[in-house]
Amino acid sequence: MLEYAFFQHALLAAVVVGLLCGLLGFFVVLRRLAFIGVGISHSAVGGVAIGLLAGWNPALTAAVFAVAVALGMFWVGRDRRLTEDAVIGVFFSGAMALGLVLLSMRHGFQQDLFAYLFGSVLAISAGELAGLCVLALVLGAVVAAVFRELLFISFDEEVARAYGRPVDAMNALLLVVLAVTVVAGIRVVGVLLIEALLVVPAATAALWTLDFRRQVAISMGLGASSGVLGLAGSYFFDITAGGAIVLVAVAVFFASLGLRRAT
Amino acid sequence: MDAVTFEKVRVELDGRLVLEDISFRVGQGAFLGVIGPNGAGKTTLLRAMLGLVPTSGGSIRVLGRAPGLHGAEAHMIGYVPQRETIARTFPATVADVVMMGRLCCMGRGRILRRHDWEEVHRGLELVGIEHLADRPIGRLSGGEVRRALLAQALCSGTRLLVLDEPTVGLDLPSELEFYSLLRRLQRELALTVVCVSHDLLALAGQASELICINRVMHVHGDPQHVVHSHALREAYSCEFDFLAGEIAHHDRAGGAA
Repeated sequence: MLEYAFFQHALLAAVVVGLLCGLLGFFVVLRRLAFIGVGISHSAVGGVAIGLLAGWNPALTAAVFAVAVALGMFWVGRDRRLTEDAVIGVFFSGAMALGLVLLSMRHGFQQDLFAYLFGSVLAISAGELAGLCVLALVLGAVVAAVFRELLFISFDEEVARAYGRPVDAMNALLLVVLAVTVVAGIRVVGVLLIEALLVVPAATAALWTLDFRRQVAISMGLGASSGVLGLAGSYFFDITAGGAIVLVAVAVFFASLGLRRAT
Repeated sequence: MDAVTFEKVRVELDGRLVLEDISFRVGQGAFLGVIGPNGAGKTTLLRAMLGLVPTSGGSIRVLGRAPGLHGAEAHMIGYVPQRETIARTFPATVADVVMMGRLCCMGRGRILRRHDWEEVHRGLELVGIEHLADRPIGRLSGGEVRRALLAQALCSGTRLLVLDEPTVGLDLPSELEFYSLLRRLQRELALTVVCVSHDLLALAGQASELICINRVMHVHGDPQHVVHSHALREAYSCEFDFLAGEIAHHDRAGGAA
């Protein structure tokens, strides 16, 4: 299977997205942002629809739209009369509904929609792969530069504020990075399953260690290896790649849970 | 120069007047205890001092500047918040948590240097928990957590230490041990300390001066003066008897509580 260029591209894309989701997933799990991840990924459907209708690159419009939705959730969520999950629910359903309405106005929308809902990693081009690698490097560097700052805010937001740390800017930055990561990952596993790559490897890592360095390393390793094993499974058993990748990650989670409870 | 100055400070939160006409000064090297009944505005006073809540009147100066505008000198103010426990699953060691206190004296994205870790270990040594440096922060006892947070607040050249109910949830021996440590550190590091506590008697035994607030300032002075003042009884709306180092608490109807 490795002799096919399309498979090599898919494999590398799955590894890169797995590494990136593993890194961001650490903060998603630590800060209980899982529902925000779901909200951002589902709202990307709105951005995809705008791109398809306007004839622009859907990945680009999805990224811009997802970042706008993430910042919108952050801004509206600062209103203390509203709970965070209610705000996410409003943005998530509103953006997804917009996407469905716009796609229904376009002939043959179901094929486009399916590609984004379930991913199409085997169709990724060399150009897309190069763009994905550059994006992953930039996002990884940004997270690495502010990692301890984000860890401090995750530990105690009020003390971080008292020490003059830019808490709001850091929280907004995390959401923007998360939004771009989600859109980058949609190509691999789709809107419906990208959240799993953000949550499952990081949750598995949290079962094994209380050291953030090891958690991040395990989470990134599991994200990447789920991509490799899932793609191999999809090739040998002729099943959907996105689903196979996520099923591998979930299987590792339950195996880890069983082992940790047994020891 | 005074370490902290409040001049006719007024704070409103959600349309409710929480602090009104609060004025006091804290000299360098003083230990100010802040007491008052529940809901008196003690924590709000600290948060205003740290620039975490806006004031609607008056002025505050902390180490010569308005709160929250210390920029590169923010590290001179250490803050120990009211916190009894830490999530058992928080993925950081005690040393990592103390290192967070040094972030404000580092440029963003700067690689941690050996000097930073030396300062962290010095902070842990100061509070007597250097042997716990590599333990996950969520696995500490209540008393150890307070010491770790104290080390975090002290590891960046701190001159003013602000503490909010630092002994809540601790038993009496642990509470006395914590205050004894705090007094020793205050002397050794020439710190100015501002400490809020609901425990009037414990704080009166440690502080060099006390203020008692209940939305407004009721009394400010040395602990002996404050605990025997009529203003204290007014602030708490009850009577106190201090007997042999203990406090007996009576309500206005005269029944002992």
